[in-house]
Amino acid sequence: MAAKTQRIEITLETLLESVDLAEVIVMRIAEATGFGEEDIHKMGMAVREGVINAYNYGNQQIRDKKIFMTVELEPDKMIVRVLDQGKGFELTEVPDPLAEENLLRTSGRGLFLMRAFMDEFNVHTAPGGGAELVMVKKLPDTVSGNGS
Amino acid sequence: MALQGTCRQIGDIAIIDFSGKITLGEGSSTLRHTIRDLIDNGQRKIVLNLYDVDYIDSSGIGELVSGYTTVRNAEGEMKLLHLTKRVHDLLQITRLFTVFDVQSDEESALRSFR
Repeated sequence: MAAKTQRIEITLETLLESVDLAEVIVMRIAEATGFGEEDIHKMGMAVREGVINAYNYGNQQIRDKKIFMTVELEPDKMIVRVLDQGKGFELTEVPDPLAEENLLRTSGRGLFLMRAFMDEFNVHTAPGGGAELVMVKKLPDTVSGNGS
Repeated sequence: MALQGTCRQIGDIAIIDFSGKITLGEGSSTLRHTIRDLIDNGQRKIVLNLYDVDYIDSSGIGELVSGYTTVRNAEGEMKLLHLTKRVHDLLQITRLFTVFDVQSDEESALRSFR
């Protein structure tokens, strides 16, 4: 019988505290799932950057807007989605933070870090117009091998 | 843990020993104010000793870059000292190793000023 996907949905306020909260929640789920210390750190940081993006750029720090975070555990991977209530954006419009002319920019590295720390990363525009960041981390072999 | 910075003066060089996280909010703000206060007080040779900073997010990276630019615009020099592995790796993947002057020991950091 195929293993079921487990899903946790969390609604976060557009507050600075939500950044730390989201990071801690994802790190605890990752730890309970069997990820190693370095992967847990990377996942926590990627999600932190996702929620910073939603807080600062998507929701523009507007208190009435919400940030929706979903964590899905599939047999072979963990998927974290962070959805804001902003206007959305295209990844192709984001300047490359590694380009020589952008190295001294004081912002614009969050999306790069999410991509660097996760196995897959993508951005969709949600039907309601917000940006949905989708981050995927493959489960360690020792965990994915437990399904039999 | 909130970012704490303690300043030592060796000749005309200020060394700030930091411990804690440089992240969005208080940590980034502490770093920003520390560097601006030093520049406002006429300090032009600054070493940020990050020996006990094991976590920097994109906001903290932005603040380090901003600090570097602030010091440089004031015709000063800013060096980074004693990076932890995570901070080292972060500066490497963001290519900021090519921007910052990173020193691994205090003596070299002091000697590296013109």
